[in-house]
Amino acid sequence: MRDVLLSMAAALAAGAACAQPAAPAAAAPAAPDAARQQQLVRMVRQDCGSCHGMRLTGGLGPALTREALADKPVGSMAATIFHGRPGTPMPGWRAMLSEAEARWIAERLVQGLPEASPERSVAR
Amino acid sequence: MNVPRDARRRGLLGLGALAGLGALGTLSGCASAGATAAARATAPPQAGTGDLGVVVQRARGALSIVNTTQRTVLGEVGGLGDLSHASVVFSRDGADAFVFGRDGALTRVNLPARRVTGRVMQAGNSIGGAISQDGSLVAAQNYTPGGVKVFDAASLQLLCDIPALTASGARSRVVGLADLPGRRFVYSLFDADAICIADVSDARSPKLLRFDGIGRQPYDALVTPNGRHYIAGLFGEDGLVVVDLWDETPRPRRILAGYGRGEQPLPVYKMPHLRGWAVAGRHAYLPAIGRHEVLVVDTESWAEVARVPVAGQPVFVMARPDGRQVWVNFALPDYHRVQVIDTPSRRVVRTLEPGAAVLHMEFTPRGEAVWISSRDANRVSVVDTASFATLAALDVDAPSGIFFTARAARVGL
Repeated sequence: MRDVLLSMAAALAAGAACAQPAAPAAAAPAAPDAARQQQLVRMVRQDCGSCHGMRLTGGLGPALTREALADKPVGSMAATIFHGRPGTPMPGWRAMLSEAEARWIAERLVQGLPEASPERSVAR
Repeated sequence: MNVPRDARRRGLLGLGALAGLGALGTLSGCASAGATAAARATAPPQAGTGDLGVVVQRARGALSIVNTTQRTVLGEVGGLGDLSHASVVFSRDGADAFVFGRDGALTRVNLPARRVTGRVMQAGNSIGGAISQDGSLVAAQNYTPGGVKVFDAASLQLLCDIPALTASGARSRVVGLADLPGRRFVYSLFDADAICIADVSDARSPKLLRFDGIGRQPYDALVTPNGRHYIAGLFGEDGLVVVDLWDETPRPRRILAGYGRGEQPLPVYKMPHLRGWAVAGRHAYLPAIGRHEVLVVDTESWAEVARVPVAGQPVFVMARPDGRQVWVNFALPDYHRVQVIDTPSRRVVRTLEPGAAVLHMEFTPRGEAVWISSRDANRVSVVDTASFATLAALDVDAPSGIFFTARAARVGL
């Protein structure tokens, strides 16, 4: 079952890559700025956290810790974040993220997501 | 017991200290010690637990202990681990909260004493639990390893471990665990499309009744307030499943099949929760998956009665204890709102914005107020359910689940 899902995700990733002409490196969308990065980290911990755990140790969704993602290609992870994974509860987050932001999140996850800044200082 | 002994000791100390001062001094020392003891003896006894509750501080791994009459935070108990998605059940006397943490910890917290009285790491990843009708057993539902573990509520000793298995023998994640009359628990298997009833009367050899092929990916479930029906929501297809537990040979029955009418569902950013009171009178109010709708079903005929359009994808759909209102909160990006459905007219009569990222709601025991947690506002709002006025706003760090001790007296909570 898991193999099937992985290959589905890979196919999705490949499909996404094919569907869009490869952009020249210079025109690649910019990485999110510092404030947006903070928002994204918070979003991953808090909102992705409702299925993957606030500490990303998994739940209804799989663990997203650095250890758990060691052998996962960033490209297919970014595609899963952006497009979702059919047949599973993983939704596509395209309504809330750009593709560049999805890729940024995938890269951070592989490296180990930083802690969110303290809740209180964000909210107050 | 401690109070008079303490007073007596102080009385004796007073006597010793005053011994050299003559009879008068000694007498007055006795008199004052006696007065103190008398005053303490007539002090009101320790307060009851009926208006206590807890609010989960998900980021800090702590519980705030609250009083629902005073609308105050009394104190907090920390060190509870990863409380993202934590849930709580209560002992019958309402004094002990059993807290199920995401990290697999089961912790018992005594509310009057405000301290941890027991803790076991029982799984790698847990999602909630239940307490038996007689209060003697606590069951945890686990994702990793998938299954249910049953503990002695007094000692927190493991009594039995019931693995949840798919047809191929792999472990399945367990969802929708609830207590049933007679030391039984019911639950659903997300990965195995099954519903199980475990009879734990003899905790050392549980008896299992299993229904397979109930529908794809049950994600959560509830037991109706009378303990008669178990309703499981399906993620993998349009529809829900109901089991009439009063039936001589209970069997799953599909309801609201195809409620999405083949339309493409919206992306589901947060799974709805079914546990909580979604039953108002003879009607059950249920969240539609991937739709901005609350479904209303008649619990006599199980026919769809109505759909109420709402402001987002519902997460919790909870009836006020009298069933006159149903309160709904939503998945992101609409989770700054709460809506109130008037059940006689089945219309939304109020939309509130109590603070960013509303995660949970809990009614006071008789429903005159509802407590609402707003994670990103670090606030719990207490709202009057008749006037919709905000009665209090409590400062709580990243609040999520709110649980009041009145749950102790109810089946399925």
